[in-house]
Amino acid sequence: MTSGLLGRLPAGALGYALCALWIALLAASPLTGDNYLVRIAVMISMFSAMALSWNFIGGFTGYPSFSTAAFFGLGCYVGAIAQRNGLPLFAAWALATLFVAAFAALLGLIILRLKGHYFAIGSIAIVEVTRLLVSSWGSVTGGGDGLNVPLMQGSPGAVAAQVLYAMLGVLLVAFAATLAVQRGRLGFGLRCIHQNEDAADMVGVDTTRFKIAAYTLSALFCGTVGAIYASWVGYIDPTDSFSILLTIKVPVMALLGGPGTAIGPVLGAGVFVLLEEFFWANFLQWNRAILGGIIVFLIFFLPGGLLKIDYRRFYRRAAERRAAGKAAA
Amino acid sequence: MSEILRLEKVSKAFGGVTAVNEVSFALEEGEIVGLIGPNGAGKTTLVNLITGVHPLSGGRVVFAGQDVSRQKPYEAARRGLARTFQIVQPFPEMTVVENVAAGALFGGGLRTRQAASEEARRELAFVGLDHVADTPAASLTLPNRKRLELAKSLAMRPKVLLLDEVNAGLNAAEIDGALELIRKIAKRGITIVIIEHLMKVVLSISQRILVLHHGELIAGGPPREVLEDERVIEAYLGAKFAARIKAEGMHA
Ligand SMILES: Nc1ncnc2c1ncn2[C@@H]1O[C@H](COP(=O)(O)OP(=O)(O)OP(=O)(O)O)[C@@H](O)[C@H]1O
Ligand SMILES: [Mg+2]
Repeated sequence: MTSGLLGRLPAGALGYALCALWIALLAASPLTGDNYLVRIAVMISMFSAMALSWNFIGGFTGYPSFSTAAFFGLGCYVGAIAQRNGLPLFAAWALATLFVAAFAALLGLIILRLKGHYFAIGSIAIVEVTRLLVSSWGSVTGGGDGLNVPLMQGSPGAVAAQVLYAMLGVLLVAFAATLAVQRGRLGFGLRCIHQNEDAADMVGVDTTRFKIAAYTLSALFCGTVGAIYASWVGYIDPTDSFSILLTIKVPVMALLGGPGTAIGPVLGAGVFVLLEEFFWANFLQWNRAILGGIIVFLIFFLPGGLLKIDYRRFYRRAAERRAAGKAAA
Repeated sequence: MSEILRLEKVSKAFGGVTAVNEVSFALEEGEIVGLIGPNGAGKTTLVNLITGVHPLSGGRVVFAGQDVSRQKPYEAARRGLARTFQIVQPFPEMTVVENVAAGALFGGGLRTRQAASEEARRELAFVGLDHVADTPAASLTLPNRKRLELAKSLAMRPKVLLLDEVNAGLNAAEIDGALELIRKIAKRGITIVIIEHLMKVVLSISQRILVLHHGELIAGGPPREVLEDERVIEAYLGAKFAARIKAEGMHA
């Protein structure tokens, strides 16, 4: 009887149940009427969706991609420009998604020839290159001055709720895609590539196509999220849209939760955003230092992420201690 | 018997070094052929050329009547050209059965992961690894890792199997077991090319032997003829060794 509920339920089912509860909580946040809470729920949903995206290439495939901000930024700009040219909201978001997916697929053809550190450096360079292109193409993008995006209709509360549901929608689709990939042929092939790319090639995995598929999946949801974000904030500029900080944060979230799993990125993003909010509110100057601290902690103590901790052991230990306490009494 | 694989003047240069130089030979369906030669002779490179790992510098590879000189490794695998690695290459964090299922799913063209798993268990039983099917591949002993490589290749339903030193690092008893398994594989009608440094092993299993030296094919034919070939003795066997092994071989 030591392991209780955790022992009897398959860990997977419990994880999914908790995850569903968590998403329901996020969705319920507008009911509180507290705009600050809704804003945090939006941030959590948005980063969860991006961490799930990164997971396709970084988690399943084991390619350390730092391109997230390029996809997010392009999504912001394509969505914004489409809306400024009269496209309806949803059409603009869809266009941004397609554009970013196509961009990633083409780019993947080139950059996925690189491996390990070289790939990491190449992928981060893409953020810089896209940022420079966008800021120097002033006639379309407004250059360094940025762009105003048509505001969404409705009261601030209603707009925040709409944005939240849009972000949650992306989160759910990304989650469903993750489960589908994980259980299917693609996910199996990506795991093979992760563990031994040469051997994967040798057993008949078309590694180039599989990697491009993973890279594209890692991009397209970020494109949607970027476009929604642009509509939400109403103004975008190159520095904010193509932020190096974002490109590092998202992988850290996935690593924190548990890369290569479906729940890990959601868990990691939630924990990270909440921690960040807490430190932001209480220790403003230390915010960056804390991000660095989490990264160092991850590398040294948690190579498998929060999900890989043996919670059952903690639980058993606690139960034993309680039992010992009773026996002593 | 009909021809399954043909090499026509296949060459490979790495920068200035010619690793394989105008090698031509053909394999018949169901044959067991030994490929021997000193270290650095180009044996592994030849396997890499046949399976699309390196692009050819010259010549042609024809598989089942089709020119496959420009294929990629995954295409070779799907066509039925399987190989094992000199240094075993498992997917370390997967179970043994998952390793083999990967071969069945991607190389063997099975549709579902379920079907691939079932096929994998059959091949594991065939190579004698069914008792460790659900353990992580990284935990296997060396002889079992070699068997895993074989099971993985077999799950790809190959027509030709290229074995790059599958016996290296095994002791005498383990080698006997491995040879028995290779004969069982040949009985399934799979053409086998076996690269091997132990002459006794090559002689005991091969119907035909090819000798590579400095990237060139210097001899090819039945084991007995090859043993008597002056150039082979000079380049690889050494006179004393050739005499001894021939004496042993004739009595066996
Ligand atoms: N990828 C490569 N790049 C450069 N040179 C290579 C490469 N692969 C092999 N070579 C060279 O080609 C030659 C043949 O090597 P190969 O590995 O094919 O020999 P081998 O017959 O398999 O030897 P061994 O019995 O030691 O396995 C060697 O001189 C080697 O250094
Ligand atoms: Mg070799």
